[in-house]
Amino acid sequence: MLRAEIKLSLGDDPFELDVRLEVGAGRTVAVLGPNGAGKTTLLRALAGLVPLAGRVELDGEVLDDSRAGLHVPTERRGVGLVFQDDVLFPHMSVLDNVRFGLGRGGADTAREWLDRVGLGDKANARPSELSGGQAQRVALVRTLATQPRLLLLDEPLAALDVSVRADVRRELSRQLHDFSGVRLLVTHDPLEAIALADEVVILEAGRITQRGTPEEVTARPRSRFVADLAGVNLLRGTGRDDHVELESGATVAAPEAGDGDVFAVIHPRAVALYLTRPEGTPRNVWRAKAEDLDLQGERVRVRLSGSVPLVAEVTPSAVRELGLDRGAEVWASVKATEIAVYRA
Amino acid sequence: MPGPLVVLAAAGLLLFLLPLAGLIARAPWAEVGPALRAPETATALGLSLYCSLAATATALVLGIPLALVLARTRGTLRAVLRALTTLPMVLPPVVGGVALLLAFGRRGLVGAPLYAAFGLQVPFTTAAAVIAETFVAMPFLVIAVEGGLRSFDHRYEEAARALGARPWKVFLRVTLPLLRPAIVSGAVLCWARALGEFGATITFAGNLPGTTQTMPLAVYVALETQPDAAIVLSLVLLAVSLAILVGLRDRWLGAP
Amino acid sequence: MHSARAAALVAALVLTACGGSATAGQGAASAKEKLTVFAAASLQPPFDNIAKKLGQMTITFNYAGTQTLTSQLSQGAQADVFAAADTAHMKTVENAGLVDGSPSLFAHNRLEIAVEKGNPKDIRSLSDLARPGIVVVLADPSVPAGKYAQQALARAGVTVHARSLETEVTGVLSKVALGEADAGIVYISDVATSGGKVDGVSIPDAQNVIADYPIAKLKGTRDSSAADALIAYVLSPQGQQILVAAGFETA
Repeated sequence: MLRAEIKLSLGDDPFELDVRLEVGAGRTVAVLGPNGAGKTTLLRALAGLVPLAGRVELDGEVLDDSRAGLHVPTERRGVGLVFQDDVLFPHMSVLDNVRFGLGRGGADTAREWLDRVGLGDKANARPSELSGGQAQRVALVRTLATQPRLLLLDEPLAALDVSVRADVRRELSRQLHDFSGVRLLVTHDPLEAIALADEVVILEAGRITQRGTPEEVTARPRSRFVADLAGVNLLRGTGRDDHVELESGATVAAPEAGDGDVFAVIHPRAVALYLTRPEGTPRNVWRAKAEDLDLQGERVRVRLSGSVPLVAEVTPSAVRELGLDRGAEVWASVKATEIAVYRA
Repeated sequence: MPGPLVVLAAAGLLLFLLPLAGLIARAPWAEVGPALRAPETATALGLSLYCSLAATATALVLGIPLALVLARTRGTLRAVLRALTTLPMVLPPVVGGVALLLAFGRRGLVGAPLYAAFGLQVPFTTAAAVIAETFVAMPFLVIAVEGGLRSFDHRYEEAARALGARPWKVFLRVTLPLLRPAIVSGAVLCWARALGEFGATITFAGNLPGTTQTMPLAVYVALETQPDAAIVLSLVLLAVSLAILVGLRDRWLGAP
Repeated sequence: MHSARAAALVAALVLTACGGSATAGQGAASAKEKLTVFAAASLQPPFDNIAKKLGQMTITFNYAGTQTLTSQLSQGAQADVFAAADTAHMKTVENAGLVDGSPSLFAHNRLEIAVEKGNPKDIRSLSDLARPGIVVVLADPSVPAGKYAQQALARAGVTVHARSLETEVTGVLSKVALGEADAGIVYISDVATSGGKVDGVSIPDAQNVIADYPIAKLKGTRDSSAADALIAYVLSPQGQQILVAAGFETA
């Protein structure tokens, strides 16, 4: 069980990392966020590599307590760290790398681990002779072999070729499954997060903006970052029972809009486009201008500006029929029942 | 490569080649044999090799930690430390010798209490020659190693620590091996500089065959009265230096 | 010989740059007569004085060990006047056909033991130099002063293990002045012009060596009359007075 309360200043652009985290044993938590959000710094702080203000406790043992002036150095934390680029020691063989953290008789344990990931025959090779995927696997078992209590993975798949990523991800999944300690994985790839994590923590500008299972988080995004991740439109405004008032003054009719500060989510598929003002049941009709058109597979994503900025998803034939082009003036419409509203 | 640059490069090469060529071309080859066999030659050469190697060893033991400290400090403190460690490189060697006398001589800052307490006099001893050579040559090693540390990926050390390695283990099994190319090239430069040192040695350690008369000093003294012997000694030094430099090559200077 | 000459020339050019040299000029007036004088290191104090007295000349001095100057001249270095610390080296230069006319003896010098101010180790004679624990520094035998010191020690029947053989007699003096050596054998003139930094212990005439200092005009001179004038002044009463004040003996 990891309990952490961390505050520290980040880099040249000083904003603070201010995080409160609790992760149970046997669970994988993915820390997801845009670049520069502080994800790597968080990991390094947990590993004891950067000084922090706050408190870190692992399995009941206090690793950091800035008020008491306590700081357990990295080498005594029992924390495993896997980097983006393997960082295998280039002057040692693969076997020596894996047994680096082990005591006497470590050679046998090391060999077992290498076999477990199918690299037993590479024991005497040099890291420079391995492929990216192989090296990352060695880096993983090098850390696992020391039986850490907390496993920290910093974007472990990011440096790998797309073709190799899936294999290594599967391997990682297998190993994580067998690992009994706490696991914290940093990534900017939502697919990685969804595939490997039980829980997702969104870190933006040093603060945790959302927590939950991958499904929970994407169903109810609380920030542009997550909304973009989930591929949905996110609007923010004041709930007024049956509609939401946006800052721009526009109204979005939605059932159960509730009261106070709310988010409204509209899937791009639910946005319909017309050349002339439509008539009919939809109470949400707005003028908009097509700023951008983006072909994605068999669909076109149209970015709309106006009192209610939205992204609409339509078919290529619809685009042709409407004669849609950059700068085209259109009408956008969304059925109220397609809009999900929840407290901000 | 543009033409003028090639010409300049050739001129630079000539500057190195011509003096060496002159030395070899005008050498009194007939007298080389007897001069080589003279006991003075062997003495001076042996002393030179001993002192330069001792100076290099000292530079390694003191210089590598110094480079580590340098690489880890920042700001004004680092600038000051940097200036101090490279000072011997810009100081005229004789000035260095005088400074060493004022520090370690019988009336020196450190030398005086040493002499009063133990009757120990540093100048005129072989140790003094080693100290003089270390003083002028160590900066080369420190600069080389510090350079290696600047382009060093510190994640290797972090990975080692995360695997449970204590500071000594990190230093011996990760930092040092990864620094090997920088250490070796620094040590070679250091050794070469120590071997050729003259001004600081003669000023601080003195000139006595067998004790402090290293090859450069022997050449200088011989030049007045026995120019042929001086040339032979110079050739011997040249040959030994070349042999070691060529022998080292890329094998030791390349990446691990 | 050819190879040695060439190599020594290179060395001479290098040594001229770093070996002891000093300029005692009176300014850069082009109307003045110019002279280049090669003189033994021990002659620096009196010769600098003489140059001041001869304001109408711009004199560039090259002070170094006599052996150094001799080899420089032998290999073609240009000078107008040569003042040596012994006759043997002057002979070498004469034999090389570089001297115009004959050399003249202009001063004598004797050896003296230089000791630390106050003579803390109570040194009274050459035999004291062999006492255990006394740190002695001498000039290298290739230097005239060093050669003479060996002769004096032989005459006194004393064996000394010098801790260093300096390449210039001024090096011996400075080691004693700095307190690094207890004693050294130098010229009387060196002690006299040391500005009180060292004390001197005389060596009895029976053991001492008289150094003869010859001076000569060189064939390579570029201003024959100026060279003659300089030599004449050195030999004149005024010049001799300056030499005596510096601890030398008259010719």
